[in-house]
Formats: sequence, C-alpha cells, structure tokens
Amino acid sequence: MVNTDNIRHTAWNECADLGDFGMSEAKQIIACPVCDTLYAIDDEIAAVPTNCRRCGHRLTYGERAAIAGVVGMAFASATLMLVALFVPFLELSNGGRTISTSLVHVVAGFSRGIMVPLGFAVLGFIILLPLLRFLLLIFSLGPVAFHKSALPGAAIALRIAIALKPWAMAEVFMVGVAVALVKLSDLAFTDVGVGFWILAVAVLITAYQETFMCRHTLWTELNRAQQ
Amino acid sequence: MITARSAGLVGCRSCGLVAPADQLTCARCGAPLQSRDDTSLQRVWAWWTVGLLAYIPANIYPMLLTTQVFRTKESTILEGVLDLMQHGDHLVAIIIFLASVFIPVAKFVTIAFLAATLARPHKRETHQLLRLYDIVEFIGRWSMIDVFVVAILSTLVQFGSLASINPGFAAVSFALSVIFTMLAAQSFDSRMIWDQLQDGPAR
Repeated sequence: MVNTDNIRHTAWNECADLGDFGMSEAKQIIACPVCDTLYAIDDEIAAVPTNCRRCGHRLTYGERAAIAGVVGMAFASATLMLVALFVPFLELSNGGRTISTSLVHVVAGFSRGIMVPLGFAVLGFIILLPLLRFLLLIFSLGPVAFHKSALPGAAIALRIAIALKPWAMAEVFMVGVAVALVKLSDLAFTDVGVGFWILAVAVLITAYQETFMCRHTLWTELNRAQQ
Repeated sequence: MITARSAGLVGCRSCGLVAPADQLTCARCGAPLQSRDDTSLQRVWAWWTVGLLAYIPANIYPMLLTTQVFRTKESTILEGVLDLMQHGDHLVAIIIFLASVFIPVAKFVTIAFLAATLARPHKRETHQLLRLYDIVEFIGRWSMIDVFVVAILSTLVQFGSLASINPGFAAVSFALSVIFTMLAAQSFDSRMIWDQLQDGPAR
C-alpha cells in the first residue's frame, strides 16, 4: 500500500518565492481554480498526482499519455453514440404489436405542441452536447496527440468542451431508461435493444475518460503545440 | 498560503495559468480573467429565484397524462412516486423521490445557505463549505431523470385511445427548474469560501 498522503505532501510545491515569476521556463505558476492558492509546477511534479493543499482540488493527474487517451476515447465514444442513434434502442410489444424505437425516435416523440422546447432540451442534453463535446476534444487535442501543431481555435474549443461537461447528460438518461422500463412492465412487454448497450458502453468510456482529463496536462501540451 | 490575489496576480479559472492582475484574458486558453467575481452572489440569487418559481408549477401541474381505455389520468411528481410505491416498485419509487423531490429541495436550501454564508465574513469550516458546494454542483444534473422518463414513456406508449402517455406541463417547468438551479450553482465563485474566512482556527 503506497502512502498517497505522503506523495501529495512531497509533490505539491507551494510557491513561496515569486521572484522568478515569468522568468523560469521549466516552472509554471498556476493558481488553484477553486481556491486561488499559488503553486509552481514543473515537469517533475506534473508527472505525479497532486492535490491543492488548501482545498484538495486535483491539480495534476500525473498522466503523461493523457492526450492520446482523451482523444482516443472521445473518438470511440462519438462513433458509438452515432451508431446508437439509429439502431433499435427499446422494443415494446402489446397484444401482438411490436414497436421498435431508435434513440432518434425517442427524442422526436417530444416534438408536439408545447413540448417542442422540451424535445430540443432532451435532444441537446443526451445527444447533441455529448457529441459536440467529443468533437471539440478531437478538434483541439487530436493534432496534439499526433505531435502536429494545434489548429487555430483549439484553445476556445478545449475551453468549451470542459465547460460543457455538466450539461452532457447521457448517463442520467440511462438511469431514466431503466426507470421507464420498470414503469412500463405492467402495460406491455419491454426489452432493451442493441442501441441501449452501445450507448451504455459509450457512457462507461466517457466516465473512464474523465479520469484522464487533467486540465494542467491538457493545457500545457496544447500550449506547447500552439508554439 | 499565498493566493494569486494577495500576490498581485490573477489566476485563470479555466486552465489555472497565472497572469498579472490587470490582464483581461488568459494568454493560454483565452478565458476572461477576473480576480474575484463581484456579481457572483447576485447571479446566484437571480438563478435561484427563477429556479424556485419554475419549481412551483412543476409540483402543481401534472407531469404525466396516462390514457388507458378512454380514461385519462393525470399525475403530478408526488402522485407518480406514490403510484410506484403502491405498485410495489419501492426501489424505483425511492430513486424518483430522491431525484425529483429530495435533491431539488435540498439544493434550494443548500444554495441559499451557501449564498447567505458567503455574503459576509464567516467562521465556518472551509472544507465543509467546499464539500457542500461540490455536492450541489455534482448532483444537480441527476434531477433530470424524471424528465427523461417522461420523454421515453410518451414516445413508446402510443397505442391510440387504448393506451397512451403524454407529457404534462410540469415536465417543462421541472426541466427549467433544474437548468436554472444548475446555473445558480455554477455562478458561485468558490474562492469566496476562503476570502470571507474570518481570522479564527488555522485553515
């Protein structure tokens, strides 16, 4: 058992002396986004997991391969999600009639009367925003992963991708599907289709991807690729 | 503990990079820089209020219109939970109760508590305040479960007058309420937790 507490305390490097601000190439001065405490972080520290000493915010994940992982998983999730849109998502039979619904149909069902804005919101939360997020990540970090220089607008794209995170709700939707199936159980025979499982895999990959999303690493690498 | 502000600097809340205090946009990620968000609490209370206003019709009007054999039954959020309970689906009833009743109410109370606490110097444990803030930010989106359930049910169950399910007005106002309270939680400037800490026990 590694004493992680120990690692954290030797790894953080509180910026006591600010005399070298802006001078040093190897050291980067960053402020904790949550509580504003200053730290000087060099490559050695960025290679191990560190937390802010005051508020505990994760400052670095210590993942060197973060970029390739993030881009690869964003690509996988986006592809799976696009496939999941058009294959049968749920199946419902009632008295001999069987209805097979794709994810597109589930969302389109809201497109009546006053429910149109709600339909757009659901469409955005479960499909458009997650997809947009993946595409922005691929656009901003894809070239960096292949050691090419970053495309113009990459910084804005990455910033939007990070800000969109709370609004991408595919995993909340999956719980909603499970609840809906239970509610339907006495009305009709229901079954999940292949689209459900594809979306479930995409959600799991995205959750795993989040553990690689070290902002410090992503921004440092992107910055390097922009120069 | 030296903060960026006390060192005459400003930290970027998007990427963390530090810049001189008078710089307006971050050189690395392009985000607008602001040492402290002065209008933060105003925006929190504004979103909180519209969120609460939207939450009232969400509980009064029906969430779900269920038509079975020519009879339409309207059920509000709470009636939906009670129906599930009577039906014996206790686990699902608890999930919906937590997502649609407990979490929204707890969020309104917690956001109001945080906004009131951070408006003036406080002597509370900073870690506990931060934990509250983290929980509120993390949990808000899960309230959307019931809206998604209504969306799925109303698309799947369309067997004409024999059996059909349609979304009620509450589905719209509840979704809006969740969105507004998420914006309220995001409007907080977490750095206020430490700024407003009165000299007291260390840290």
